[in-house]
Amino acid sequence: MTSGEDTTTRPPEGHWQSVSNDWAADKQAFSVPWGKLMMWIFLLSDTFIFGIFLTGYMSVRMSTVEAWPNPSEVFALEIAGTHLPLILIAIMTFVLITSSGTMAMAVNFAHQKNRKNTVIFMALTALLGASFVGMQAFEWSKLISEGVRPWSNPMGAPQFGASFFMITGFHGMHVSIGVIYLAVIAAKVHKGHYDQHYDKGSHNIVEITGLYWHFVDLVWVFIFALFYLW
Amino acid sequence: MSESTAQQQQQHPIGVYIKVWILLFVLSSFSYLVDFFQLQGYLRWTLILIFMVLKAGFIISIFMHLRWERSALQYLVLLPPVAILLLVGMMAIEADYVNALREIFFSEGEPLSPYEQLPYEH
Repeated sequence: MTSGEDTTTRPPEGHWQSVSNDWAADKQAFSVPWGKLMMWIFLLSDTFIFGIFLTGYMSVRMSTVEAWPNPSEVFALEIAGTHLPLILIAIMTFVLITSSGTMAMAVNFAHQKNRKNTVIFMALTALLGASFVGMQAFEWSKLISEGVRPWSNPMGAPQFGASFFMITGFHGMHVSIGVIYLAVIAAKVHKGHYDQHYDKGSHNIVEITGLYWHFVDLVWVFIFALFYLW
Repeated sequence: MSESTAQQQQQHPIGVYIKVWILLFVLSSFSYLVDFFQLQGYLRWTLILIFMVLKAGFIISIFMHLRWERSALQYLVLLPPVAILLLVGMMAIEADYVNALREIFFSEGEPLSPYEQLPYEH
């Protein structure tokens, strides 16, 4: 950098230079609101939890000598006399993706300062999330009635039950907490709570809530591919 | 700067989200069709992984806005999970070994001596 230049504008910076500029010198490293950074760090830690769960599932599935039940058949349903493999899981996947779409819309409306539409789309997201949890409850009761337990199951390797209840249970808990989180924030946005506090607007908090919700959808992408389709 | 830049960065036409939304729908349908048509073996695994990575990429970059964040935050989020891949690699080797031991000692019928048939000579 040459001296005497206008210091209020950033000099043009390359890719790695921008990283080193942010980490070097005695200053704030991340130029995002603190709440958003904390949510990212929380999601990073959650990535490790789900990463370790899925790795554990891989280990038990690879090491078992008993046959692994075929998820395509285990989660098949008869709808109107037609046998559809894995159909419930496919519907759950579409519901969760749709809820991610409505959440993205809510964040967009929050940035446009459109409070009414933000609340509507957050409520819609929570509703879709709740229906996802409902379908998961149906799936759990179906498997439990078929005799699947965390320690045994009549269809083959007992590790199937352990992995299924642990991974989908933990994910379902995340969705349930997300629904509550969305409902609380939507109610506060509706009341206009954030117009007085927190950066004088709800865009930040809605965006942070959105990060959590999209992460829940992201985890499902991995569970769907690695547990249900593999 | 954070306020004005953040504002600027987050303003995207709503069409971007709708396009990504449709794309995620299409990719999910493709993954479902892999199962529906009962594709097996390496073709199945490759397709599943490709659709998974594409979907994850679109969710992280567009829906979670990571594309538009500064690189310092992008590396904070994307680099540490690489350690999970290392764990996956190590556990795959370990699980393979445990499976070989179980095949020898827990299989039905005539027990094999581990000296007669070592796991890696299958």
